[in-house]
Amino acid sequence: MEDHDNLKATELTLGLPGTDALEKPTPAAPNVNKRSKEEEEECCGFTGSSGRPAAKAQVVGWPPVRSYRVNSFRERKMEKKEEDTTGIYVKVSMDGAPYLRKVDLGVYNSYKGLTDALDAMFKGFSLGKQIIQRQAHDPHGVAEGGDESEHAITYEDKDGDWMLVGDVPWEMFVSSCKRLRIMKGCEARGLTTSP
Amino acid sequence: MVRGFGWAAAFPDEVWEHVFSFLAADADRNAVALVCRAWHRIERRSRRRVFVGNCYAVAPAAAVRRFPEVRAAAIKGKPHFADFNLVPTDWGGGAEAWVEAMAEGWPHLEELRLKRMVVSDDCLELIARSFKNFGVLSLVSCDGFSTAGLAAIAANCRSSPVHTSVGLEVAILVSVASEGVNELSLVYLLLSSADIPYLRNLRELDLHENEVEDNCLNWISHFPESFTSLVSLNIACLEGDVNTSVLECLISRCPNLKTLRLNHAMPLEKLVSLLQRAPQLVDVGTSKFSADHHPELFSKLESTFAGFKHLKSLSGIWEAGPTYLPAIYSVCESLTSLNLCYATIQSPELLKFVSRCKNLQRLWVMDLIEDNGLIAVAASCKLLQELRVFPSDPYGVAPPISLTEHGLVAISAGCLMLHSVLYFCRQMTNAALLTIANNRPNLTCFRLCIIEPHTPDYISQEPLDAGFSAIVESCKDLRRLSLSGLLTDRVFKSIGASANRLEMLSVAFAGDSDAGLHYILSGCKNLRKLEIRDCPFGDKALLDNASKLETMRSLWMSSCSVTLGACRQLALKMPRLNVEVIDERRGRPLESWPDDFPVEKLYIYRTVAGPRSDTPPCVWTV
Repeated sequence: MEDHDNLKATELTLGLPGTDALEKPTPAAPNVNKRSKEEEEECCGFTGSSGRPAAKAQVVGWPPVRSYRVNSFRERKMEKKEEDTTGIYVKVSMDGAPYLRKVDLGVYNSYKGLTDALDAMFKGFSLGKQIIQRQAHDPHGVAEGGDESEHAITYEDKDGDWMLVGDVPWEMFVSSCKRLRIMKGCEARGLTTSP
Repeated sequence: MVRGFGWAAAFPDEVWEHVFSFLAADADRNAVALVCRAWHRIERRSRRRVFVGNCYAVAPAAAVRRFPEVRAAAIKGKPHFADFNLVPTDWGGGAEAWVEAMAEGWPHLEELRLKRMVVSDDCLELIARSFKNFGVLSLVSCDGFSTAGLAAIAANCRSSPVHTSVGLEVAILVSVASEGVNELSLVYLLLSSADIPYLRNLRELDLHENEVEDNCLNWISHFPESFTSLVSLNIACLEGDVNTSVLECLISRCPNLKTLRLNHAMPLEKLVSLLQRAPQLVDVGTSKFSADHHPELFSKLESTFAGFKHLKSLSGIWEAGPTYLPAIYSVCESLTSLNLCYATIQSPELLKFVSRCKNLQRLWVMDLIEDNGLIAVAASCKLLQELRVFPSDPYGVAPPISLTEHGLVAISAGCLMLHSVLYFCRQMTNAALLTIANNRPNLTCFRLCIIEPHTPDYISQEPLDAGFSAIVESCKDLRRLSLSGLLTDRVFKSIGASANRLEMLSVAFAGDSDAGLHYILSGCKNLRKLEIRDCPFGDKALLDNASKLETMRSLWMSSCSVTLGACRQLALKMPRLNVEVIDERRGRPLESWPDDFPVEKLYIYRTVAGPRSDTPPCVWTV
């Protein structure tokens, strides 16, 4: 527990006399508050990843906002912040295209969102249909891919294997996908037919 | 004319009971009970509703004994400041003692409402087992239970009218075997008195802002198939996922369902398919209101909400993005209550939404609405009675939000029926408060929280005494007041003198000396609850006004200047007060500390039950 009051007067500094420390003194409050502040930091330790140092000392229970509200709002704010700053960027290559693209998987909630975005990125190629068909009618991928679509979206997973996009739940896909590759239909057909 | 109170006997008890049934207020019934012994007896036997504002003010057994025919009970536990982490988590407020006494003495209890109490799963199981005609369970700001406890409540629900199916089978067997009606009715009698657990006709399960441990994922599936009597379900505070298909079945088979408040976890698509099954809802709390833009989902949401012909109250809308809010514009006209205080929508979208709600009586919103938004509300929502504006970033260093005193002034000018305000902001002036006081003398609840303590009038740099004085002098019916900003003893003089109807006062970081506290305690005739933190109030004011404390429900003082000696004197002088000294740091017992020891937290309340027996180590009853 820090108690600067007595030490400060005798502290040797190069600063001019009268320059205050970072902590803003609260005149009417007795010493007890200082300990309260520590408790506040302790109890808010779980949100320690905020990375924003308090420029002024915070007091327990002030402002009087329900802890329930503060916790739930803070957690979601933290989640949002993390999503904004980190992002899950993976490379996307398309057979025949001269350069690769990058896409942030964290932005989407489902395969539809991703395929729409890839559609837009590599305009003119109907990539999405195949995946949506498979997800909707045939989750186990037994049926044939269909002749009208010319491409299939595949991804390299954590083990280094090339998998067809759409088989596993979205969250599992996001956590295991390292890069994407949009394959030509003739190569892709080999992946859709069952052995 | 009959001498004495003989006239009381002129009518049979039932007549007096009927007369008393028109007295809704507890205070009136209490007055009636003091008139004569006969009325005391009749009143206590006919009282159906009991409200216990402080669970330690009376022993549970005593309450149950005095009013044997109670059907609805409401009990509060921890002091209000527990909401802001000022009360140790083990302070008390446990519900067991009450639930056990009620199970014993009020087997016909139908409604139970607990607020700020510690409710264990065992308690919930006891509730599920003990009350045969139970209809309403409401837990507000409670903790100590888990979804396993909720499963017990759910499992014991029945909607069958008289007997269980087991009873019916045996009765049929008996009627075939024997001839006499007597034996059949004997069997029915035996069965109905048997200890078959059932919560008949649970209508309302209201879980509001509780801390619930999530250990039973499928608790909702414990509601039996035969259970159809649900009218109100509020699970907004639950953190975990709820099985949507089970919930859909439950909703489909409960035709009387009027209130449904879901929790954050449910994705928007599932929410829509759920709500489609209950177009009769009057009160809806949505789940997460954001998702990627899908035109299909948008139109489904739109048609679902257009189908709500009776919707009056809307809440939830967690993390709403601008994408889906326009889908529900169709309900705006009919809304009387709107709670957007979890919706992180920015001002333009918020403005568009709220200004369509012409019939709004209650609005809870975040400060993201900004002054512009409030000016629009003042112009559109002429029927507004209650406004609450919460801070989106209470600990933020540099506020980018443009919400100031102007928003509140606009509301006070435009909304003639406004009587209840809770407002978080960062700046205020005396002039603004004066204007508000003059505009709205009908205010009954005024809670202003200027986020930075000791903030003066930002234009004149004066304390805000004049402003708050104007509020108490103008608003003669003010029942609840919360102060903030820079305040001297002067404001307390005004409050003590003018706030005659004031029942609850919250004070923080205010005042200069004991005089401040003295003004309050020697004035404020109707004061019931006083909560003070970080004010230089000390022993003298407390001791000089000791008898006042017995006229109040409770007094909380933390980080003030009260010494242990004064507490000891107070406790000696006032035997019907519990003087609880709370100190979480000291190891040594209270007796060894000297009189000049500064008390960190103090909770004083009147009681007829004597010192409580469940104090934790950090609490001493002096």
